[in-house]
Amino acid sequence: MNTVVQKSRFGVAQIILFLSISILVVVVAVPVLLILFNAFWVNGKFNLNDVIRIISEPDTWQALMNSLIIAAGTTVGSTIVGTFFAWLVTRTDLPYKGFMKGMFLVPFMLPSFIGAMAWKMLLSPRAGFINKFFMTYFGLSGPVFNIYSYAGIILVEIMYLFPFVFIQVCGALERMDPTLEESARISGAGLFTITRKITIPLVLPSILSGALLIMLYSMAHFGTVAVLGIENGIFNIPTLIYQRIHQSAGSFSSIRTGTVLATILVLTAAFILWLQGKILSRGHYQIIAGKSFRPMELKLRTLRMPLFIFCIAYIGFTIVLPTVVIFLVGGLKTYGLPFTWENLSLENYKFILFKYKVTRDAIWNSVTLGLSAAVITMFAGVMISYVIVKMKVRGKGILEFLGMLPFSVPGSVIALGVILAWSGKYGVNLYNTVWIILVAYIARYMAFSLRANSAALEQVHDSLMEAARVCGASMWQTLKDIVLPLVRPGMLASFFLIFLPSLRELTVSIMLYAPTTRTIGVAIYTLNEDGETVVSAALAGIALIIIVTGQLLVERFLGKKAHR
Amino acid sequence: MSHIRLLNVTKRFGDVTAVNGLNLEIEKGECFSMLGPSGCGKTTTLRMVAGFEDLSEGEIHVGERLISSRSKNWYLPPEKRDFGMVFQAFAVWPHMSVYENVAFPLRVRRLPAAEIERRVKDALSSTNLLAVSKESPENLSGGGKQRVALARALAINPDVMLLDEPLSSLDPHLREEMRFEIRDLQRKYGFSIIYVTHDQAEAMALSDRILVMNLGVVQQIDTPLNVYNHPVNRFVFSFIGLSNFLSVVRDGDGFRLRGGERLPEGLKPTQQDKVVGESGERISLASRPSEIDFCNEENCLRGVVSRKSFLGEIVDYQIKIGDQEMRVQKSRRAPGPNVDETCSLRLLRPFWYTEI
Repeated sequence: MNTVVQKSRFGVAQIILFLSISILVVVVAVPVLLILFNAFWVNGKFNLNDVIRIISEPDTWQALMNSLIIAAGTTVGSTIVGTFFAWLVTRTDLPYKGFMKGMFLVPFMLPSFIGAMAWKMLLSPRAGFINKFFMTYFGLSGPVFNIYSYAGIILVEIMYLFPFVFIQVCGALERMDPTLEESARISGAGLFTITRKITIPLVLPSILSGALLIMLYSMAHFGTVAVLGIENGIFNIPTLIYQRIHQSAGSFSSIRTGTVLATILVLTAAFILWLQGKILSRGHYQIIAGKSFRPMELKLRTLRMPLFIFCIAYIGFTIVLPTVVIFLVGGLKTYGLPFTWENLSLENYKFILFKYKVTRDAIWNSVTLGLSAAVITMFAGVMISYVIVKMKVRGKGILEFLGMLPFSVPGSVIALGVILAWSGKYGVNLYNTVWIILVAYIARYMAFSLRANSAALEQVHDSLMEAARVCGASMWQTLKDIVLPLVRPGMLASFFLIFLPSLRELTVSIMLYAPTTRTIGVAIYTLNEDGETVVSAALAGIALIIIVTGQLLVERFLGKKAHR
Repeated sequence: MSHIRLLNVTKRFGDVTAVNGLNLEIEKGECFSMLGPSGCGKTTTLRMVAGFEDLSEGEIHVGERLISSRSKNWYLPPEKRDFGMVFQAFAVWPHMSVYENVAFPLRVRRLPAAEIERRVKDALSSTNLLAVSKESPENLSGGGKQRVALARALAINPDVMLLDEPLSSLDPHLREEMRFEIRDLQRKYGFSIIYVTHDQAEAMALSDRILVMNLGVVQQIDTPLNVYNHPVNRFVFSFIGLSNFLSVVRDGDGFRLRGGERLPEGLKPTQQDKVVGESGERISLASRPSEIDFCNEENCLRGVVSRKSFLGEIVDYQIKIGDQEMRVQKSRRAPGPNVDETCSLRLLRPFWYTEI
């Protein structure tokens, strides 16, 4: 019994590590490096002056400023709205709080560029339904509100982004030990003082972390600005990259501009994430309760009904109204006709589902792309997370660094990166095929998969695997019989976290599509740009139905699992 | 007139009656403990006194003030009651320094700066926290955090101090130390304490009087000594200290074990026990494992040793009597029977209760 298994230098662990590193390098690192390289190297030489020249061009400078203005406005607005509603549904006696909470999370599901389209129909200066209504019946000479403006863009982004703060603050308030507030009360402080001096400071890390997420998202956000800004010449970084690449069909100078702007986006994103990590690690107090009574509720008294009506109005105005408009316009024979029964039909819906090749292709492309990207990214994510969370191998540090990358690379940057990497310059030409979109999707959604799978793997205690090994199972058997079954919920979650958003993806696909490889998002956007408003709205309606149904099914299905 | 008075205090949550018709008077400077298993209503009672729960019935007075009354629809909010309170989970604010935590109740009351400074210093020195006053409570141990909570409660110099299982989150050795510190602070400041705990040793060590509660109903209110020596019912007997119960039925003049032999002559309830034991009625014969002797006489309970374990200073016997069991604890120096041997037992202080 003296056989000792010689530990080989290239065991299973090394193979897994190598594979994981390769995936991240090929899918994420190479595109990002190519962007940096193209931004700073001209004719084989490092050239910073050229970078500065490009940034100081009026158009690029304006786009940079616009990104900042819009992101700043959106962040401040969403933080206020999100924190206020979170406080309202967790700390007051507002009626139907559970329902309200659910409704405030709905914007998470709705693609913001579809929302932007709806608001364009409602509030465009001349043709918007609301503006027209006021001009016709109240004799106003001009529009009530012009959505083609900074304010319009910021307001629409707030409507769709505030849940980032809302959900973080809700979570923090619900987990917070209620005796922290009760002890302030017995100390003599009134509810207003407690909210100001105790509650808000204690959840401030959560508020800031949500705010930074919104900032990150808004800086790199394409859809809303593309739909509402272009009319009045408001471009932000992603829309300018798109416009340049699109107009010049990939000329060298437009790619250069694109890479410089993309570099700025990556650096900003990295900075924001660094800041967020700093805030979370320093300010994360242990405020989670042991035993606890339900937290006290502020009695709103005379404000109860007004605030309730305000919430209902908010939900009606920002969620129900735009959705209804999309479906109604989707049913019109021609855009511009009034909403009467004679003018409404299901013809458009039938047309795009069964007859129109462009939209049928788009739906097919989105579904197959989403499924493939979700499956591939799910498995790659499990493997990479496993190495990062569980394995002790040399060279893991590289992987940990690479694993951070997907989080800080915005969609438009990924799109530009894959164009640089896969356009034939390095032997493989995927440009104008669906494959380039697939590669970009994998890079874009890797972060989701890593997050979900790492969280699931951290729940699996090392001793569970050690116990399997002691029982005589090999490493593969342990993985197959112990680890995989235990992380399956995390894997499923990552699958849907990728599949559902990919159905409405716009930022990446718009940069990469060819006439036959439109996705749903691209089809909606381009049809709308081409003036096919009713068809575009009908397709948006179909997309909303698919996404919301999918989301509800997932919640029912995975929600039950979690309670087991 | 007593300082704190609870009159017919009742609290219902939906169909559940958490506290049922509680009447209670607590003197100024008294340390009063509420003891009971979890869910017995003790914490709810404390929270009603604090003002975090309103009353379904009854009223509460403190000193001259009426603080809660159902019938008069009067409810003084917690922040107006001027009590000190310490919670189980410490509830010190991690975003403020130790000093600011203690100063908070004074700042809320808008006291002059010099006064705040003086009072905070005083509270901090009473709790040995002066050295760490600039630090964040996050950096302190559990005992340190609880001292901050105590100092914060002391700062306003309250006449009533409410303690909600304040020591349950601490290590056992720290708990004993803190008990005495709380007692010392009370002597120095002279406040009344209402102390909620499920730990009987803690209640015994600290209190002038103890209330034992079960299922929202008061079982006994008395001094620690009396509660231990004269439990009024089977629940109190079983809740305080170790206990044995033998189920017995009346048999003519005497009693017999349920389904077994007659009890020894003279082992029957006295006038004090207030138990008659109607014919056919089951009653409990209660005893403490430490108040039982082995004997050699005829007129004793007879049983067989089924288990014997050494617990260091004491030896713990499990003895089978008929189909029932009893525990006996003796000093390891005292002689005793071995496993499977027959033995005779004499109960030194038998108690009799109606069975629940």
